[in-house]
Amino acid sequence: MVLKIFFPQCCNKADSGLLVGRWIPGQNSAVVLAVIHYPFIPGQVKQYIHQMRGQSGVDLTVLGSWSMPKEGQEGMESFLRDLSTIFPQGQWLQLSREMGKIGFRCHVLTRDPNGKLIQQEKELKEDGGGEKGGTKRGGGEKKGEENKVEGEEGGGEKDKVIFIHYEQRKVMLSQLHPIDNGVPDPQTESQLPQVFGTVCQSEPLFFLDKYDDGPVKMTHWQSEGREGSIIVELMKQASTPVCLLTTWMLTLWTSLCSSRILNMRPMRFISSKLSTCVQLSYRTEHLQTVCSPTRATAHNHFMRKANIFVSFFVDVSLGLLLVSWMYRENRIGKLANTLVPAADYVAKELEELLQWLMGAPAGLKMNRALDQVLGRFFLYHIHLWISYIHLMSPFVEMILWYVGLSACLGLTFALSLLSDITALLTFHIYCFYVYGARLYCMTVYGLSSLWRLFRGKKWNVLRQRVDSCSYDLDQLRLVVVMFQGVLHLSVDFINSFPLFAMGLRLFRSYRLAEGVKFRVLCEEPGTPLHLMMDINPLKVSSVVQTYRTPTYSCYPKDSWLALCKKLFLGELIYPWRHKTTKID
Amino acid sequence: MQNGDQHYSMEDETYTDIDGKAISLECQSHSGFCREFTVSSAKVSIGRVMAYTCAVWLSAYIIFFVTENTAVLSSAIIITLVGMMVRIHFVKVDHETLLIIGSLGVQVSSSYASGRESTDFIEMGKIKDIVINEAIHMQTVIYYLCILLKDPSDPEAVSSVVPLFQSSKPRLNCLVKVYKSCQEILAKC
Repeated sequence: MVLKIFFPQCCNKADSGLLVGRWIPGQNSAVVLAVIHYPFIPGQVKQYIHQMRGQSGVDLTVLGSWSMPKEGQEGMESFLRDLSTIFPQGQWLQLSREMGKIGFRCHVLTRDPNGKLIQQEKELKEDGGGEKGGTKRGGGEKKGEENKVEGEEGGGEKDKVIFIHYEQRKVMLSQLHPIDNGVPDPQTESQLPQVFGTVCQSEPLFFLDKYDDGPVKMTHWQSEGREGSIIVELMKQASTPVCLLTTWMLTLWTSLCSSRILNMRPMRFISSKLSTCVQLSYRTEHLQTVCSPTRATAHNHFMRKANIFVSFFVDVSLGLLLVSWMYRENRIGKLANTLVPAADYVAKELEELLQWLMGAPAGLKMNRALDQVLGRFFLYHIHLWISYIHLMSPFVEMILWYVGLSACLGLTFALSLLSDITALLTFHIYCFYVYGARLYCMTVYGLSSLWRLFRGKKWNVLRQRVDSCSYDLDQLRLVVVMFQGVLHLSVDFINSFPLFAMGLRLFRSYRLAEGVKFRVLCEEPGTPLHLMMDINPLKVSSVVQTYRTPTYSCYPKDSWLALCKKLFLGELIYPWRHKTTKID
Repeated sequence: MQNGDQHYSMEDETYTDIDGKAISLECQSHSGFCREFTVSSAKVSIGRVMAYTCAVWLSAYIIFFVTENTAVLSSAIIITLVGMMVRIHFVKVDHETLLIIGSLGVQVSSSYASGRESTDFIEMGKIKDIVINEAIHMQTVIYYLCILLKDPSDPEAVSSVVPLFQSSKPRLNCLVKVYKSCQEILAKC
C-alpha cells in the first residue's frame, strides 16, 4: 500500500526537529501533529509524549525527523538519523526540505526483525505543495545548504508516498458529518474520520509551543500566536452566575405553573389547547436546556444549545422591534376600533347567508321544517355572540394593550397570540361547523349504508337535504382554518429552524464538514505526489435536516391533503392539538 | 515549463455523448497511481439564449399590446433573468472530473457554468469496484460508468452504486478508456 503522510501546513517552514504524531493502524498512514525543535533531551521528550498520551487519549509517538537545514547546521541529517535508535519505531520517517526548492524529500527506515534499521530506497521529492496552498506565514526565508541527495539517480520506488497537506486549525475545529454517536470500532473505521478525530483530540498537545518555557519547544498551528477574544472570555466568565440565576428563576416559575390552582381540570384543558400556553411551556423547556450549568460535551448537545440560544435571542429582538412599532401612533387604539365593526360585518353577512339558505337557495327545494329549525338555531347563536362582543367593546382596547405587551417575550408569542385571538373570535363559526359537520357526517354515513344495502338485499329511504348548507359553511371554515394553519406552521418553523447552525454554515463553513476534497498541487518532474486537503462544507439542506430542534406540530407534513380529505368526509377538524383516536 | 504530468487530448473530437453532441475528454496522469479525467460538455450556446429571450419578450410585448398592463413586461424581464441565473448556476454542467488516487480514494466533482463546483470524495475502503453498467432507457440501451460501494462490515455485498458523468453522458468508447485507466490503478493498490 502507498504510504500517506498528512502534513500540517503550519509546519512547512518549521526548524529541524522531531515529528510527533500518530500512525493510523491498518491504513499505512501517518498524521503529523507537531515538530519538536532542537535542542531537546530525548528523555524529556519521551516523558512529555507519555504525559500527552495520557491527557489526550491519542496514541502519540515520535514518527521521525524533519530537517530544514539552516546555516551552521551541517551534519544535522546524520544526527537526526542517529536519533532513530533512541526512539524505537517500526518505521522511521526522514523528511527533509531544501531552501529554494519547494520539494520535500522522504526516506523511510524500517526496522527489520533483528532490530536493525534498513534504509529503503524510497526517495520522494515533494514539490512546492506548501506554497501553492498559500501558507499564512510571511516569515523570513531561512538560508540553507544544498544537501547532497543520496541515491537520487538510483531511483528506486519513487511513487509510493503521498503527502497530503492539511490546514490544522480548520481540521481541528471541524466536525465531520454524518456524526457517529456510538463508539467507533478502530479496526473498521475509515481513514478520514480517524484523521479528523486524531487532530481534534490532540488539543492538549497544542498548549505549549516554541515560545513557551517548557521542557520541549514545538511548532504547530498555535505557534503563530494564541488565538483568543476578550469578549468571548468575558462572556465565559459572566455566563456561570447568569446561568445559575436563570435556572433559579425558572425553577420558581415551573413550580408556580405546577401548583394546585392552575392544574385543575378546566384550566389544564384550556391551557393545553391555547397555543400561547403551549409556546410558553416550550420556551421554558428551551431555557432550561440552555441555562443548565453543565457544559455540553458532545457536538450534538453543543449545537442544540447554541441553536436554541440564538433562535431565542433573535425571537426576542424581533418581538421587541414589533412592540416598539406597534405601540407608536396609537396603533393599538386603531386596531381596537376596527375590531368591533369587523365582527359586526361578519355577523351581518352570516345572517344574510342563513336567510338565503332558509329560503330556496339556488332554486333547490329543501326540507323546509328542518331548514327553519337549523336556521333559527344558528341565528340565535350569532345574536348571542354579537351581544357578547358589544358587551366587551369598551374593554377591548385595554385588553389588547396589555396582552400586546407579552409580544416582548418573542415574535413567536405574538404570532401565537394572534392565532388564539382568531380562534376565540371565530368560535361561533366553529360551532356552526361542528353542528353542520356532524349532520353531514350522519348523512354520508346513512347514504353509504344505503349504497351498501342497495348492492345487497334491502332498500331503505333516508332523505336528508342539509348537504348544501354544510358545503357553504365549510368554505368559510376552510379560510379560517387555513389562516390558523399558516400561523401555526410559521411558529413551528421559527421554533425549529437552526439559526446557529445556518450561521456557522455561512460564515465558518469549515466547522460543519460533509467530507474533504483534494487538489493536486503542481509538481516538479520526478517528485512524489502532493495533495492539498480542503474541507467540503455540509450542504444547506443537510444542515437544516440534521440540526432541526424537535418541535410540537399540530399540522404534520401532509396535512393539507389530509385536511381536505377530512372536510369531504365530514370528520371533525380541530384547530388545536388533538390526540387522534385510532379508527379502523 | 517542464511538467511531470502527461496530458492526453488528441482524440477529443471523436467523442460524443449519447445524444450525439460533441464532448471532450482530457486525461491527466499526475503520478503512477493518481489520474484525473475531465469530460467537458458543450458550453452555453449564445444563439439559443438569444432565441429564447427574443421569443419570451416578443410574446410579452404582444400580451402588453392587448392588455395594456405594464406588469407583463416587467414580469417577463424578471422571469428571463431569474431563469437564466438558475440555469447557469444549478442546471448547466460545464465539465465533470474524476480524480482517482490509489489507496486513498476517488473524487468526483461537477463544475457548473457559473463556476460553482460540487465535490464528493469516496474513500478507497468503501469502493468495491469501478464498472461499466448497461441500462435500458425507453427504447435505447445506454452505458454508464459507476462506482460500486461496499459496506465495511460486509465486504462481499454491494451496498450502493454511484453513477459517474451523469450530465455529460459519454458514449462507450470514452467510458472504456476511463475504465481501463481506473482498473490499472485499482489493481496496483
